[in-house]
Amino acid sequence: MLLIYCPYCGVERPETEFQCGGEAHIARPADPGQASEEDWVEFLYMRTNTKGIAAERWRHTNGCGRFFNAVRDTVSDKFLKFYKAGETMPDLEAIAKEAGK
Amino acid sequence: MSELLANDLITPDAGESPLLSLGNVSILKGAPLTRLSLRLREASVKDAGKAFGASLPVKALTCEVGDKRAALWMGPDEWTLLAPEDDLQSVFNSIETALKDQPHALVDISERSESIIVSGEKAAWLLNTGIFIDFSLEAFPVGMVTRTVFHKSPVMVWRTGPDTFVVEAWVSFMDYVAGLLVQAAQELQAA
Ligand SMILES: [Zn+2]
Repeated sequence: MLLIYCPYCGVERPETEFQCGGEAHIARPADPGQASEEDWVEFLYMRTNTKGIAAERWRHTNGCGRFFNAVRDTVSDKFLKFYKAGETMPDLEAIAKEAGK
Repeated sequence: MSELLANDLITPDAGESPLLSLGNVSILKGAPLTRLSLRLREASVKDAGKAFGASLPVKALTCEVGDKRAALWMGPDEWTLLAPEDDLQSVFNSIETALKDQPHALVDISERSESIIVSGEKAAWLLNTGIFIDFSLEAFPVGMVTRTVFHKSPVMVWRTGPDTFVVEAWVSFMDYVAGLLVQAAQELQAA
């Protein structure tokens, strides 16, 4: 079982308390009225589907209920960083280098 | 049970017989309570606490207790407030009055869940049959409260004493939670 750290609760908890919310840092079109169909397709469906180091949204569903972000190696499942929603995306390349990838 | 946290509030239901009664662990149904879900912003925390009768804890996973009141941290902007069953209207009204000009959500969730009181030297062991949390006193001290999962049911666990836990589950899930605990306790009897 994976142990996941919630940056709001400040504790590590079993993965059964969490739900993954997919790729992080996907911005909704700033002016929805002006967004084309292609913009919506891009926003709603197109994902990077990274093999390696990726930033994901996670939700502490059976805990504080908050969304936060985590950097995870999608190959090994190892979590490398946790940070609160709204914080800027960390430098994934630096994290990858540190992790020896 | 006099040394327990909030012992003027969390009491066994007098009309119910124990669900489990072993030498080293017991499970009692908790008496009905007023339960309120309160969500608000940081600026309203003080006013809400004053109106309620126990301040709202801002430290994650902690509680604050007052005279027949307990405020439990559920999330950075969410609390569960506990009071005696008969105080529902008065508590509700006093918080609504205090917060009338501040954005907030106060919801009566008294009937949503039921509580059981799991106590005894094997209480933590018993809960660990379905909850993957370290219940040592260093990691989970008296007063700590959290939502988590017991097997497949969402539950709330609140440690009110070194060997006493209050476990709340939704009404329709309580038979499942209490039933599995009682079943797991058979292992203690067999030992
Ligand atoms: Zn959390």
